[in-house]
Amino acid sequence: MVSDYKVQIKNLYKIFGPDPKSMVSHVQQGMGKSDLLDQHGHVLGLNDINLDIPAKKVQVVMGLSGSGKSTLIRHINRLIEPTAGEVIVDGENVLEMNETALRNFRQKKASMVFQKFALMPHRTIAENAAYGLTVQNIPEDEAKERSQRWIDRVGLSGFENHYPAQLSGGMQQRVGLARALATDAEILLMDEAFSALDPLIRTDMQSVMLDLQEELHKTIIFITHDLDEALRIGDNIAILRDGRMVQAGTPQEIVLKPADDYVRDFIQDINRARVLQVGSMAHGKPPAKGPKIEKNVVVEEALQIISSAKAKTAIVTDKGKPVGSVTLDDMIAAIARPEPGDKGIETYR
Amino acid sequence: MSFLTEFPSMDPGNLRDLKKAIDGTFRDFTRANGEFIESLFDPLKWFLLWFERLLLATPWPLIIIIVCALAWLASRSWKLVAGTAIAFLVIGYLDMWEDTMVTMAMVSVATLLCIGFGIPIGVAMARSDRAQAIITPILDIMQTIPSFVYLIPVVMLLGIGKAPALIAVMIYAIPPIVRLTNLGIRLVQEDVLEAANSFGASYRQRLLGVQIPLALPNIFAGVNQTIMMALAMVVIAALIGGSGLGTPVLRAVNNQYLALGLFNGMAIVALAIIFDRVSQAYGKRLQKHREGGHGV
Repeated sequence: MVSDYKVQIKNLYKIFGPDPKSMVSHVQQGMGKSDLLDQHGHVLGLNDINLDIPAKKVQVVMGLSGSGKSTLIRHINRLIEPTAGEVIVDGENVLEMNETALRNFRQKKASMVFQKFALMPHRTIAENAAYGLTVQNIPEDEAKERSQRWIDRVGLSGFENHYPAQLSGGMQQRVGLARALATDAEILLMDEAFSALDPLIRTDMQSVMLDLQEELHKTIIFITHDLDEALRIGDNIAILRDGRMVQAGTPQEIVLKPADDYVRDFIQDINRARVLQVGSMAHGKPPAKGPKIEKNVVVEEALQIISSAKAKTAIVTDKGKPVGSVTLDDMIAAIARPEPGDKGIETYR
Repeated sequence: MSFLTEFPSMDPGNLRDLKKAIDGTFRDFTRANGEFIESLFDPLKWFLLWFERLLLATPWPLIIIIVCALAWLASRSWKLVAGTAIAFLVIGYLDMWEDTMVTMAMVSVATLLCIGFGIPIGVAMARSDRAQAIITPILDIMQTIPSFVYLIPVVMLLGIGKAPALIAVMIYAIPPIVRLTNLGIRLVQEDVLEAANSFGASYRQRLLGVQIPLALPNIFAGVNQTIMMALAMVVIAALIGGSGLGTPVLRAVNNQYLALGLFNGMAIVALAIIFDRVSQAYGKRLQKHREGGHGV
């Protein structure tokens, strides 16, 4: 049976230490990260991760450093061997592949972009972008020709013969992106790909990626520690803490229904107006008149629409059909920062 | 109290017997296998002799042109090329041309062989920690044991001549290239290797496409050291039939010929400086990708 999900992670455990296999049962019985370290000297990397990643969407995995997010993404192309569990891509368990199958999988199916770019300093930009193809034994000239399109697409035309050290961080990561795209892999693994860039360049790169995604529809698994970034690019977000997954859902769900205090702390300082969509606070009958706002418009834009129309109430529409109303006050209340432990915003559902 | 002042050493008779036994065993081994082992090294000797004759048969202006051309290709520095030309002209003028060619042949062949054996050994060391644990102490021995000590068995096995001299030079000169190949590969950044892995590179592709190219500056430092150590062994190699510039130096030592020793010694120094500068300049040019405003 082929599922609708591109990547499925099932009961995945990763424990670091001299004898990790025997530690799984301790963890399954509920032993936490610090107890495992104190009593058995093993480090718990991932604890019973289950995640279904739909095809052609951006799945963000978020967590602070040490939460296991980079470990998790490396299990998908098996740069790290798990202690227990399954990673199923297109119905095939990556963890059972032999060496040839695994290399083939890495060459054709999933390519990766790294936090520190990880470009080859001795290869030119053109050669770096073509690397994934060169590894497939495609002759260097043909590989360069095929990757040229991606160099152009990420805006690096003219830099083909430069070396990575001659480029700025943002440009280097564009090369990293071009290199990953050049293999035409369906899955893109992005490990904190933009975290090392300064804020302006980061936003810029996010836009580049979103533009590309609009036309390419890849399955992107994106690791980040930055919630604003997660909310901006993620169709779905999974939040990791100490190797456990604390919540998985759409950005709206995360912001409106944080699973616990940890997530609530996380969403404290985000710009809610840029995340929340008017659909999530629509209620009652559509008013007779007022500006029309599509339900997936974020509050930030809705506020501008409603204020320029000089109205107090707007009609919320679903593909043009009126479905409810939203008032200026609703929106302002929704974007107010919640007090810690306050569950008030749930009333909007 | 003689126990404390005199070390309780082995009984002199037993000690003599032990030494005799070792000597006897090795002598028997030499007698039984000497010819066979010597024949194993024949290809080495032929290669060395062929190269030596080639250098001696080539007209001297041609040699100078070739050496200067190599220096130019490696360093792109006119100063170095001019220095090389002048050094060779002075050497020839002071009647040391033949000896210099013999020494150059010896050093070149020894270096080539050290590279040929040393780099694969270094790669093996970098690949496995166990190989490193085994090979490192062997390299330590090769570098620290006084050369005369291993000259004895080499001469017993192979007699006096070119082949044993070449082997003595190689034993002394090979450790740096092995060590620095190993070090260079181990110093390649983990994240670049991980990237290669993530695109499905095989071990071979990682080694030839990533590790060795990135280790080249270190490997080249090793080649440079190997050349220097090979030159340093020229005089000692002359003791067991290496001939070349070392022979007149030995003659000068025995007879207190100051000028003879000085001239030949300076010729060795000149060769050393030329080889060193040229190989270093080439090593530096290999790293041109490291230049640029943004450090990695």
